[in-house]
Amino acid sequence: MSVLVEFRDVSFTYPRPERQRAPRFAFDALSFAVETGELFGVIGPNSAGKTSLLRLLTRVLEPARGEILLDGRPVAGIAHWELARQVAVVPQETPRPFPFSVEQLVLMGRYPHAPGRFFETVADAAVAREAMTATGTLALAPLPLEQLSGGERQRAMLARALAQEPRLLVLDEPTSHLDLRYQAETAELLRRLNRERGVTILLVSHDLNLAAELCDRLLLLHEGRVARVGSPGEVLEQSVLEHVFGCRVVVDKSASGRPTVQLAWSHADPERR
Amino acid sequence: MTERRRLVLALAVLAALLSLVAFTALFLGSAGLSPRAVVRALAGRAEPESIESIVTLGLRLPRVLAATLAGGALAVAGVAFQGLTRNPLAEPSVLGVTSGAAFGVVLAQIAGLGATVTDTLAVAAFAFAGALLAAVTVYAIAVSPGGLAIQTLLLAGVIVGIFFSSAITVVISIVDFNRLGGVIHWLLGNLTPMPPGSLLVFAILAATGFVLILRSARELNLLALGEEAALQLGVNAERLKRRVFLAAALLTGTVVAFTGPIGFVGLVVPHVLRGLVGPDNRMLVPTSVLAGGAFLLAADTLARNVVAPAELSVGVITAFCGAPVFVWVLRSRARMPS
Repeated sequence: MSVLVEFRDVSFTYPRPERQRAPRFAFDALSFAVETGELFGVIGPNSAGKTSLLRLLTRVLEPARGEILLDGRPVAGIAHWELARQVAVVPQETPRPFPFSVEQLVLMGRYPHAPGRFFETVADAAVAREAMTATGTLALAPLPLEQLSGGERQRAMLARALAQEPRLLVLDEPTSHLDLRYQAETAELLRRLNRERGVTILLVSHDLNLAAELCDRLLLLHEGRVARVGSPGEVLEQSVLEHVFGCRVVVDKSASGRPTVQLAWSHADPERR
Repeated sequence: MTERRRLVLALAVLAALLSLVAFTALFLGSAGLSPRAVVRALAGRAEPESIESIVTLGLRLPRVLAATLAGGALAVAGVAFQGLTRNPLAEPSVLGVTSGAAFGVVLAQIAGLGATVTDTLAVAAFAFAGALLAAVTVYAIAVSPGGLAIQTLLLAGVIVGIFFSSAITVVISIVDFNRLGGVIHWLLGNLTPMPPGSLLVFAILAATGFVLILRSARELNLLALGEEAALQLGVNAERLKRRVFLAAALLTGTVVAFTGPIGFVGLVVPHVLRGLVGPDNRMLVPTSVLAGGAFLLAADTLARNVVAPAELSVGVITAFCGAPVFVWVLRSRARMPS
């Protein structure tokens, strides 16, 4: 396996805190690598730097020190449109100031492949249709985004990302707005895309159980540093989690043999034991 | 139907509508010319000094052209500001950009710039600078790390608009009234006939702004997803914003310099068009030129004839149309989660 994404001693500090009361956040010499074809999860407590990591990777933010490499090339030297052909991001939510349809949204994913073009071509439309088919959104194509449920909108945004034909798919909290059924569907869809298309997937989530179930390897972030990297079994260890999250947890095994994490409620009723 | 074909069809329908309104405007007026006399003048078969020639070719035709240009330019500026701010209520007059441009024009008139072609260019430059200053100020006030809040943006526009209006009042109060002869009349937004040279300058400046925005239309679509998402899709967001800001300020400044501050065209026209051709800026920008032209021309024809032989200011008509549309959009957005 070859390395697709590599963070090398990346340091970064927000120039000023986004909110005054938020703790000052920084990465300090962060290093890790994502291999081609794997399903890689980044987990950690709130404000551990999960979203910032995605922003650094997609050049929304620039690191103060260190390097981020995509396929061995520093991303700092790659133009945004060129980067967008390799890396597609599925955000948590999308603003909807105007009533764009699902099809129009998905076609936007074709922009980096010909930024100078005014209208998309027939070939672009075919790629978009294929992306909608893969995510089960083809029937929704003419509908405006605001008429969709949270799960449908999530899949539409995933279709837009697929229309970019990326090598790396990056998802920011892919299930945060979804109920159980859509969480399961999204997980299954991501697994299938990874398997059938060979798309490398990097997902950021605070949902430890989803990440454990879905990912080949996990990166646990703690205050801008790597707390641990490895298989879900290696990372989701009780002592590590209790240190990082600052609370008591119980680590168990799911039906598939992956670890599951639960809060150890301190007020558990002794009668029920 | 492909997008290209839909666009051509929409443009054809709107061109027919614009021609219809333009012909109506040429035949209507307080001079009470017979249709036959107007046709004679248009065909060049009337005496150059005859009433029908002077009224049709010297008054009505330039006015029709000016109204069409101004309406088209304002509608496109509206689409541009809406795309930039991701807000369907953004519009040159709502954002205070029109007032900024008007302040520039008042300054130019104090400087003694007149009606020659070079002078009109200089006046347009002043208006452009004022428009740009107002637009950038409003944006800077409203922008925050989390994006652009609609309410903040609208309030910032109102405040900046009030500031520049007050500045205009101050200037008018201080400066010798005779030097600002036509200012009050002009401040209401009026499409008085202008010489062909000025019309040509007007057309060239408006076309420049239009082309810049048309070329950014696809990227403006992506900007609707938010600046971060646009960047991640490969759009150079900073360059896009700079270019569209400049172009929209150029359009607004030009219209204000040549016809005075006319409000709400950039709100009404894009709103109606979104209902007809959808939210895609590649459809909206070109169709706005024709629809905006037809709208302002119709408003001006109404203004000329509704209280004939007196005249209403065209800005009054557009405001009467714009205010209800503004309220409608505001209410329907309030119901929608953003």
